[in-house]
Amino acid sequence: MPAIEELTDAYERYVLDNEDGFMDEFRDRLRDFGGRPTPLQHAERLSERYDTEVYLKREDLLHGGAHKLNNALGQVLLAKYMGKERIVAETGAGQHGTATAMAAAHLDMPCEVYMGETDINRQRPNVFRMRLNGADVTPVTAGRGTLKEAINETMRDWATTVENTHYVLGSVVGPHPFPAMVRDFQAVISEEARRQVRGQAGRLPDSVLACAGGGSNTMGAFAEFVSDDGVDLHAVEAGGSSLAVDEERGVAPNSASLSTGEEGVLHGARTRLLQDDDGQILESHSVSAGLDYAGVGPELAHLVDSGRVRATNVDDDAALAAFHRLSSTEGIIPALESAHALAHLHEAHDDLGDTVVVNVSGRGDKDLETVIEETDRREIDEAPEMDVFTEGLR
Amino acid sequence: MNAIEAAFAEGPAFVPYLAAGDPDYDASLEYVEALARGGADVIELGLPFSEPVAEGPTIQAAVNRSLDAGMTPERFFAFVEELDVDVPLVCMTYYNLIYRYGDDDAERPRAFVERAAAAGIEGFVVPDLPAEEADPLREACDEFDCDLVFIVAPTTQGERLDRIMSRVSGYVYVQARLGVTGAKADVSAQTGQSLDRLAEWEVPKAVGFGIASGEQAGEVVAAGADGVIVGSALVDIVAEGYEAGEDAATVAERLEAKARELKDGAVAGAQRTPRPERT
Repeated sequence: MPAIEELTDAYERYVLDNEDGFMDEFRDRLRDFGGRPTPLQHAERLSERYDTEVYLKREDLLHGGAHKLNNALGQVLLAKYMGKERIVAETGAGQHGTATAMAAAHLDMPCEVYMGETDINRQRPNVFRMRLNGADVTPVTAGRGTLKEAINETMRDWATTVENTHYVLGSVVGPHPFPAMVRDFQAVISEEARRQVRGQAGRLPDSVLACAGGGSNTMGAFAEFVSDDGVDLHAVEAGGSSLAVDEERGVAPNSASLSTGEEGVLHGARTRLLQDDDGQILESHSVSAGLDYAGVGPELAHLVDSGRVRATNVDDDAALAAFHRLSSTEGIIPALESAHALAHLHEAHDDLGDTVVVNVSGRGDKDLETVIEETDRREIDEAPEMDVFTEGLR
Repeated sequence: MNAIEAAFAEGPAFVPYLAAGDPDYDASLEYVEALARGGADVIELGLPFSEPVAEGPTIQAAVNRSLDAGMTPERFFAFVEELDVDVPLVCMTYYNLIYRYGDDDAERPRAFVERAAAAGIEGFVVPDLPAEEADPLREACDEFDCDLVFIVAPTTQGERLDRIMSRVSGYVYVQARLGVTGAKADVSAQTGQSLDRLAEWEVPKAVGFGIASGEQAGEVVAAGADGVIVGSALVDIVAEGYEAGEDAATVAERLEAKARELKDGAVAGAQRTPRPERT
């Protein structure tokens, strides 16, 4: 693993010490190419409804439509500084793959993205976008064909090509320095949100809410608030269809590794994992492909264990309802991932204090087909009739 | 001298790998015993993990067949106890299975090593455990007189190589090329360079990743290796037999013949390049 040593060295020099002006260039590119800062929007209807001042951190307005670009741009730029010639990445919902493909095209690097077959089928618009940006999208058929398998396959590629290739890991997971480095690239979210909420509300928030799959938007939204003891931090996981494990099929019908997982070792990190009694990793599930991972970032797991971050979860139905609620009341179509954080706001607003920041980690265009199909076969509050759309899909 | 050291002291060691329980428990017992008859000096037995990140497609498929047939750590230990072979056995698995074993958190990873040693395992290879995090497992191995084998990649050097080599015992697994496991038509030129870099350490050097024929085994030994590790080429035989619906005895015969070819190749390689006496 000298690749890890080489990367650690580059992380310390360029990211932590700003050698050769790396961080200055990163910030410039985030502004000009990425569109930062993103707004912190006061959500008027939700605030009225919940009798709480609700602020939305609009990462959905970042270039590409999700917070993922912060990290992808940082890592592709770092790869360039390290003299690497090729980029590989894994993707679940496709947002990270899309962001990496965009960053790679922007910085003129060839890029290959591994994506589980299940995810390719449920996130087709992002597959098109990656290909339009010049990336190769390689399907992964192992297991259930979701993020976990895509990570395995990308690690195998990287192990073979490490001398000229950088692996742009998409979340705060994997071996050191990835969890710390991805957090640092994403911390721009809370850095801006903290400044913006002070400017707009005149105070720090009582609570910050973010959805948690691997945990990159979570750590990004929390990082600069961690030392503010008066700010409660809520990581909202995908409760899926049930928190109980389906023992017979060896499947966890959720992705709630903070809420229900146990300590273990996977992909180079010791963290909370969905696993069986023997330590075999379970397949996870969420209606949101972007949260569908059996592990979670080790630092986030630590913050939960130490009591600084509260882990909670909402189920698929609640997330779908929140998706429709934000779409119809505020005119913002959120990613299904972000809808989990919004569902927790809906369920727990009485306990979150007077001022709440919710990280809208991405926009929901990529999820429209899933939402239409899933809404059509369930009874979801506040959702419009879907059959008019599903007719068209059939 | 323990059994693994002794196996390497007697000349070039042939170290085959099979995933225990592939394609099912009973057939796999026959296959491992066939390897011993074919000349195996040490056998690496895979305890299947759901996320085999270091493996290529051949061994990934073997791991899945074994898991589908019901392999678990407890079944693995029963398997080891039932095996009728007279060569040292090394357990190759991923760290989470070791880390999670046993009821008592405070006993990890000692509980796994204790149980494995009682079953007859004499060493461990854990491809996803970095040397920097290996001290608890190293201590448990010392307590139960087991070896802990580490994998050295063609790119491993400097302080990191020192760290690995200060913790390794039994043999060091020299990766013939970058990447994941899988049989290849040629054996990488990187092997010679890797062996040169390791020359100052006394521990036996076994080369693996990509060796598929007796001729290749000979080349690797002639280049200075103390042993050859062969996995995918043997797993291919298991997979072909399984897909063709052949009976276990037929497949076992083929495995025994392949093992003999590899062992003879390794011995022929040693004769081409006289080796210094190992003390």
